[in-house]
Amino acid sequence: MPKTLKNCIYIALIVLQLGLVVFSETGFYHAFSPSVLLLIAAAYSMAKLLGQLTNLETKYKYIKPIIPTLFAFMLILTWESIVQGYAISPILMPAPSNIFHALISNIPMLWADFKQTYLKAVLAGYIIGCLSGFLVAQWAVRNKVLQDALMPLGNFMSAIPIVGIAPIMVMWFGFDWQSKAAVIVIMTFFPMFINTLTGLQSTDALHKDLMHTYAAKKSQIFFKNQLPHALPFIFNALKLNSALALIGAIVAEFFGTPIVGMGFRISTEVGRMNMDLVWATIVVAAIAGSLSYGALALLEKSLLFWHPSYREGKNS
Amino acid sequence: MKQKIFSFVSVFAIVIAVWYLAALLMNGNQLINNLERKNQSWTYQQIIAGAYDVKRPMLPAPHQVGQELIKSIIDRPVTSKRSLIYHAQITLNSTLLGFVFGSLLGILIAVGIVHNKTLESSLMPWVIASQTIPILAIAPMIVVVLGAINITGVIPKAIISMYLSFFPVTIAMVKGLRSSDKLHEELMHTYSATAKDIFWKLRWYSAQPYLFASLKVAIAAALVGAIVAELPTGAQGGLGARLLSGSYYGQTEQIWSALIVAATLGSILVWLVGIAERVLLRRRGELDHA
Repeated sequence: MPKTLKNCIYIALIVLQLGLVVFSETGFYHAFSPSVLLLIAAAYSMAKLLGQLTNLETKYKYIKPIIPTLFAFMLILTWESIVQGYAISPILMPAPSNIFHALISNIPMLWADFKQTYLKAVLAGYIIGCLSGFLVAQWAVRNKVLQDALMPLGNFMSAIPIVGIAPIMVMWFGFDWQSKAAVIVIMTFFPMFINTLTGLQSTDALHKDLMHTYAAKKSQIFFKNQLPHALPFIFNALKLNSALALIGAIVAEFFGTPIVGMGFRISTEVGRMNMDLVWATIVVAAIAGSLSYGALALLEKSLLFWHPSYREGKNS
Repeated sequence: MKQKIFSFVSVFAIVIAVWYLAALLMNGNQLINNLERKNQSWTYQQIIAGAYDVKRPMLPAPHQVGQELIKSIIDRPVTSKRSLIYHAQITLNSTLLGFVFGSLLGILIAVGIVHNKTLESSLMPWVIASQTIPILAIAPMIVVVLGAINITGVIPKAIISMYLSFFPVTIAMVKGLRSSDKLHEELMHTYSATAKDIFWKLRWYSAQPYLFASLKVAIAAALVGAIVAELPTGAQGGLGARLLSGSYYGQTEQIWSALIVAATLGSILVWLVGIAERVLLRRRGELDHA
């Protein structure tokens, strides 16, 4: 069989499955159980198509983002088919379409939650935590005593569950976003500190000597030699912290909030069995998390264009 | 080495001193407010004396936390519901179960990604994206969903631990399985080794140092997962439940002692993984610079 014909069959199978999900009544697997086979066939076709796309990937650059997108599409299609087909109760597992519907119809509320949790607590805590971690690290790199003292403390802090500090912070700083920001400051400080310190120490001794022969001032050595060397480490910490900060804020909200906020929304709507709204909140959190990670990655790329890990493409 | 110990001890002393000072300030203010509300007069000696044994302090002093720890660890029988050992053991169960599942899942995904190009380009971006999502947010939901199909107890908590701990293992193992020496790989080729042989005799060994480094991160993450999973579910036991009930009833000493037990548990677990690493990787002879 020629390849194009095969591919057409694959695509037709997937479209058929899509049509089945969109146009049938819920519970169609109960009504006619062999139709599950179509889902399996569609999944198999998708796997085959993805396999072919992967082979093309080296030739055409634009295919690269398509593959994970199709993979996610197939996952969502499977989820939707199973939930719809077996008529699973929305309390247990809402279908993606229901989640999307809840997301669209509750945008004002979700936006208020987002503002409370992300724009107030996460941003404030993240900026304070990362900045103080950076400042202390560049102080510690010149001060051996401070370094010896803080390094073991930092390693210890990475082993312990810092989110546990949330109830104490809520008690000290009240229910509003300040307490969440405080939790985030504590969570983000040590990753930033350790990474910056390692980065600043990683400078090449030869470069240092070269700067010395140029009679460079201390500030010049810092900005032109040490800081660029430390940037990859710093960006690692920034990316790690962006995920930590969101987790910290949401968990801290489980311990008490004013009646707004993503953590509050999740814990109350679980109690009211509005699972679609819970999932919608998680979608918002996921988008916020991925976007901030992506923004940091872009910033890193534009600042570190000279770094070997970003130049690979042009040389080969 | 001597200097290191000296600076560590001095930092420890400074932390304790700051803690006492902060306790004095915070609890003292609380006391003053209380007394002023009752229109009583007060002196500073009175406040200083009173600040360290308030009933529900804003910040319990170290010795108060110590007393609470002794009370809830040594004085109570281990089976008592108010013993921290009892709660720590509940949390430990789900941590370890989640850690084992998470590590296995992480290794499996890594093996799949290394051996299958399609899987790599379709799955790898989502593995990374999964980490930018606040996974902990789904903790309450997993517990509810599994509870509805009659799975309760340790499993839902372990699943959350698993979700948190699989990621570092996957990333490190993908790196580790690919880190085998090119020359060795070519040598294996000349022996006409199968993919299975190359995996078990070469790649698996090159990945081991990466595996242990990631296991240390994973077990700490698993503990966080287990504690957080105990928060929204109203779990009957566990360190997370201790934290939550402490915060509901304003029992700050209880919160602090649960926190200290959690920290100790976390460091012990990481330390144990470190020992396992040293024992199992001793024959590689790379430990000094690893």
